Amino acid sequence: MKINLRSSRKRSKVKVWEIVVGGGIATTIVFPIYWMIITGLRPQTETFSSTPKLIPTITLDHYKVVATSSTLLALILGVPAAYVLARWEFKRKSDLWFWIISNRFISPIVVVLPFFLIAINLQLVDTYWVMIIIYQTFSIPFVVWLSIDQFRAIPKEIDEAAAVDGASIIKTFLKIDLPLVFPSLSVSAVLIFVSCWNELLFAQILTRSDAITGPVVALGYMSGYDIRWGPMMATSTLVVLPIILFTAALSRNLVRGLAMGAIK
Amino acid sequence: MKLKKAKQPKLPTAARLLLYPSVITLFIIGIFPLLFAVWVSTRQYQLSKAYEPKTFLGLDNYVTVLTSPEFWEALRITFTFLIIALPLQLIMGTLIAVYIYNLKSPSLSSLLRVILVLPIAVTPTITGLLGRLIFNSEFGIINYVLSFVGIEPVQWLADQRAAFIAIIILDTWQWTPFAALVLIASLMVIPAQVLEAGKLDAGTGFNLFRYMQLPFLLPGFTALLILRTADILKMYDTVYAFSKGGPGVATELVSLYINRIGFGKTFDIGLGSAQAILLLFICIGLSRAYIKIFYREIQV
Repeated sequence: MKINLRSSRKRSKVKVWEIVVGGGIATTIVFPIYWMIITGLRPQTETFSSTPKLIPTITLDHYKVVATSSTLLALILGVPAAYVLARWEFKRKSDLWFWIISNRFISPIVVVLPFFLIAINLQLVDTYWVMIIIYQTFSIPFVVWLSIDQFRAIPKEIDEAAAVDGASIIKTFLKIDLPLVFPSLSVSAVLIFVSCWNELLFAQILTRSDAITGPVVALGYMSGYDIRWGPMMATSTLVVLPIILFTAALSRNLVRGLAMGAIK
Repeated sequence: MKLKKAKQPKLPTAARLLLYPSVITLFIIGIFPLLFAVWVSTRQYQLSKAYEPKTFLGLDNYVTVLTSPEFWEALRITFTFLIIALPLQLIMGTLIAVYIYNLKSPSLSSLLRVILVLPIAVTPTITGLLGRLIFNSEFGIINYVLSFVGIEPVQWLADQRAAFIAIIILDTWQWTPFAALVLIASLMVIPAQVLEAGKLDAGTGFNLFRYMQLPFLLPGFTALLILRTADILKMYDTVYAFSKGGPGVATELVSLYINRIGFGKTFDIGLGSAQAILLLFICIGLSRAYIKIFYREIQV
């Protein structure tokens, strides 16, 4: 046993300080998440209020619908636009690109104030529609930003060959370029889904009960001095755990996609 | 709209069909509400007094905002946060990236890289709630650990400076791993031969980092600087869940402040809109400057 350990250590040349540092990083990151799960599972001895209010599963179902639809809509709208921006030169293209990307810089509070007034007048408050639409303000720029590079990586000659064969622009896009970027689109899709899933400010102001989202529900357990830690952390776990597992499973692709978008 | 003026080179109709849906959507949901906000910002518009006439005030709301110490205080807090948190995250991210990049054990390095992804997925609201648990003055783990070094329990949510430090720690916990991941990806780009040649010239250790690896990290730093600045200016969720801007206004970042004016007790949407539009100008100015400085060379 001892010999085995020593030989394997020698082979990989991991030093003791490296293991200590790695352990420190891992603990710092994982411990809060671990503690959230444990607190959520702990029996509710300290809460004297009647039965702890379990969140109805239907809440999360509705919330999944909002995040999924927003992601799909953003991909349907954003990917073709990214294709055009990657392939064609036209006047004021850089202005258009800048405007689309700069939406990422705009604080949601700037958007939500007028959106709230409009939603009240159109009686759209607390509907899926208003959430799906307002989530496009950050989702479309995100798709465009990530997808432009993916289309640019495809040689232009492929498109030109298709044009020579008589394929129309839309057909070339659908039949040739789109399938080529499809694998990397999953990265955009996951990232957008996560941002919609995690969003608070829009949901807090534009939903009441029917279209309420996970973060708003989790916040609801915090009122004044009486914080119901158990249910709050149980809800938090239900909100966070699926996407953590999801992103961890896809982490390799996800990091590549994120970094590609970031470092060009 | 501007596209139609373009005469040459002309975009084929089919390409327009692909481009316009998202442009039009963004225009409707991005620009139209902003124009409406400009209109509202010139009115006496309080939702709590819905049936009173919405008197035209001209630029009065803007004057109120610009002369209000609270608005400047919120901006000061936001930029202080930015100036402390961003360098902290970049430096720690670089150290972690270099450490993981130099690890000789592939299993340890890939395990750490999976762990680094986790905080990115955690809902920021829930990061704030977790902060309440961890920084709790009675049973929180932070005070427990501090007690070993002989530090008295800190009232994280009652002390102004402590609360501000706590939100910086929460943001750093969540986003340093992201910085590290982007920087690891930048280091991976360095070709092995270049690195070997560099070892001959620059030696190892700090010199190797300074002359060989740092230049490759610059695009990553630029991207992180832009993305994280935008995110910190928008920051709301974590802080709202953790402290609601308190104690007092110690952690009231500008988004929380505008939210309190627009949707708080008075529901003064007119005033809130004026603040939001001023914030928009700051965001646009800053993003223009950033992109001018850093993205000059990039052809779109």
